[in-house]
Amino acid sequence: MTTTIISERTSIAAQRIEIADVSAYYGSFTALSGVSMTIEPRAVTAFIGPSGCGKSTMLRAINRMHETIPGARVEGSITLGGESVLDRRVDPVAVRSRVGMVFQRPNPFPTMSIRDNVLVGVRLQGRRLSRSDADDLVEMSLRAANLWEPVKAILSKPGGSLSGGQQQRLCIARAIAVKPDVLLMDEPCSALDPISTAAIEELIANLRRDYTVVIVTHNMGQAQRVSDATAFFTVDGAGQPGRLVEYRDTTTMFSRPVDPRTADYLAGRFG
Amino acid sequence: MSHISARPASLPPISLPRRVTAHVAHLLILGLFLIALAPLASLVVTVVSRGWSRLDPTFFTSSMRGVVGAGGGALHAIVGTLLITLAAVVISAPIGIAAAVYLVEYGRGALARALTFLVDVMTGIPSIVAGLFAYAVLSALLGPGARSGLAGALALSVLMVPVVVRSSEEMLRLVPSDLREAALALGSPVYRTILRVVLPTAAPGLVSGVMLGMCRIVGETAPLLLVAGFTDSMNYDLADGRMATLPVFIYSQWQNAGRDHVAYENRAWTAALVLIAMVFAMNLAARLWSSRKVR
Amino acid sequence: MTIAFSDMTASPTRTLGSSGRRVSRFFETGSRGVAVAAGGVVILALGGVTVFLTVQGWPAWTAASGLPQNASSLWALAGPLAFGSVWASAIALVLTAPISVGVALFLSEYAPRRVARVLGSVVDVLAAVPSVVFGLWGLMVLAPMLAGPYAWLSAKMGWFPLFSGQSSATGRTILTAAIVLSIMMTPIMASVCREAFTQTPQALREAAIALGSTPWEVIRLAVLPYGRSAMISGCMLALGRALGETMAVAMVLSATPGLVSLQVLTSSNPNTTAAFIAQNFPEAHGMQVSALIALGLVLFAITFVVNAVARRVARPRKEA
Repeated sequence: MTTTIISERTSIAAQRIEIADVSAYYGSFTALSGVSMTIEPRAVTAFIGPSGCGKSTMLRAINRMHETIPGARVEGSITLGGESVLDRRVDPVAVRSRVGMVFQRPNPFPTMSIRDNVLVGVRLQGRRLSRSDADDLVEMSLRAANLWEPVKAILSKPGGSLSGGQQQRLCIARAIAVKPDVLLMDEPCSALDPISTAAIEELIANLRRDYTVVIVTHNMGQAQRVSDATAFFTVDGAGQPGRLVEYRDTTTMFSRPVDPRTADYLAGRFG
Repeated sequence: MSHISARPASLPPISLPRRVTAHVAHLLILGLFLIALAPLASLVVTVVSRGWSRLDPTFFTSSMRGVVGAGGGALHAIVGTLLITLAAVVISAPIGIAAAVYLVEYGRGALARALTFLVDVMTGIPSIVAGLFAYAVLSALLGPGARSGLAGALALSVLMVPVVVRSSEEMLRLVPSDLREAALALGSPVYRTILRVVLPTAAPGLVSGVMLGMCRIVGETAPLLLVAGFTDSMNYDLADGRMATLPVFIYSQWQNAGRDHVAYENRAWTAALVLIAMVFAMNLAARLWSSRKVR
Repeated sequence: MTIAFSDMTASPTRTLGSSGRRVSRFFETGSRGVAVAAGGVVILALGGVTVFLTVQGWPAWTAASGLPQNASSLWALAGPLAFGSVWASAIALVLTAPISVGVALFLSEYAPRRVARVLGSVVDVLAAVPSVVFGLWGLMVLAPMLAGPYAWLSAKMGWFPLFSGQSSATGRTILTAAIVLSIMMTPIMASVCREAFTQTPQALREAAIALGSTPWEVIRLAVLPYGRSAMISGCMLALGRALGETMAVAMVLSATPGLVSLQVLTSSNPNTTAAFIAQNFPEAHGMQVSALIALGLVLFAITFVVNAVARRVARPRKEA
């Protein structure tokens, strides 16, 4: 039995992200400078690099979540399926309904049941669902997040009653219930135990078939296991902006890095 | 204190003056605490024992209309207190919570600073000044001398809004920013994030803030004496005419006592008993509510 | 089983510049507007207090006749009343400060934690008793009870200026009013102090304990120095409350118009601003109303200053 979660209207091309000369600023501080890259659709792209290298900033810029941070500003161009994301005339709300996000710490809404947590995105976007459509959406989203079996009998319980790993899968179900084209994951496993991490990694491998997935991770092994392409960011020193150093397919990146800084970082991590 | 004297014999003793000082300080502090409690005990005993005599059905079923000397009741004042308090809550809760939402979710710059400053100032405003303010506003709008229950509710709102803003602000800031981010990342507009995520999450805290504000105003006398006035008769219309309330009832029973002054005093004490029971019930409800929330 | 999402709902068009945007912007702006408006209403209402009291009280500032008690000017009226307010509150503060600190120390240092919680809420209950009930109690229970001790005090200690003069037979003096005020202020100040005392850093406490201190020495070395600014700010908060307290004073105090006197046991006492307003407002008309409103502005100004000082004292602690 396969459950394919993909809207048939969305062409693969509409899920491609083009980043051109993007720089990010917090007030007067330049956090990220001159990033250009193309993120391939229906593949997993990992962002790795030391703390403060701007990889999370880059991730947040893709669905304009950087705007929730006071003083944050992004310049350059990001397009999704050819449409400009950063354009002032584009509503960030519209961007985010196509580019979902999963956060470092699982954050289900504490006042809502598991079922309502899955449906909340659709409701927050102001759409109405019939009861049976809602039931279908809940089941499919939870199945896609490998969470249906454990929770199908307890859908009306609060989301906070689940274990940490299950909460994170609930958050993934919540993100895919709004049928995004892209899923951004900001260190989704860093707050989880190894077993839950393995479950999420397996889930990411499945999600790749339908979504463009971009994942920020500190875990080299994870990047190697789950991603098709890897981007290495680094920062030369305190106060310097982060830069994209090397971006290529994961296998090549980990076996034959070109830039010496990448090689040092990967070696340091494994040594 | 026993550990001071019960020491192993091998250790050097604590000098006598130090031991004496420690004991004296302990006794003194205990004494101060008891002094603080003594008036409360006396007050409760008096209110209950003197209020008991008129705690009869008549007290709760009739007004003071046409009553001279013994008899009569405070139904008009009880109804008035409930109506005016309710009206004040209806005015203050939405304004206070919305202002707190402004401060937490939108507020930056001069308007937010002005709001925070004024709320700070108004937390300490004397209640009688709030009464004068309500009177001044109404006489500017409707001409001098107008008194009504609504004016009373307005005066009480001036006292209640700062309490509601303060506690709501605190509660809204406790809502993790994770949840706001999660909602925004799902493609939610900011207003729906506030309505569907932030407010429901903070709801228990917001309710206890409103209850706290209610406790603050339900026993207020001075502003009501000024703008709601006093009457012996029933008045269910907040917008029209003087309206009695329990605190003002207590004051006027003493102030306007007739020849048979014991009857007036007894009514005042019974009204005090009823009022204290109401205030305590509200406090208790607020406490239970917020402890439930913690759990 | 293969189900496509598109089968289930008609979802909006998947372009970024979707038409839903305008509606969403409308509500976004609208809801922001509601919040801003609420903030604005609060600012207008609260800021309006000063404006309205000034405007409505304006005629009284220059009037020479028609004032309450046939006062020759508003200043002649406001001066003694301001004195009365400050005097009664000052006596109350002197009484309440040691008691409140004692209550706070007892609850934070001596009482077992569970007992402290129960007793703490009993003290908080005091704060919830309506002031009119305190007035009734002070008038009918406390004042008669104090008349005897007052007579004794003025007989034995009459050489002391404050206790000089013929003592009141009813006990309804400014000292009684101040005692009632101090009872009402205690829970406010005690809760401020108690909060600060319980937050004394454990390291500070342990340093004192490790020196072999008795509980009292721990208090003197660690708790009181740490809580000093809280005690001061608690005093100011309580003072602000006492200055504005109306009904308890209006009922307990038997006042003489226009009097300025430091004697605390006699039957002629200065009145307080707040009590004077409450006593005269129901019967006032015309210029008298303006005068009372102007007095309200004076009272507001005094409490504003006191509360501002309280805030300033409290702030450095918060930032530290």
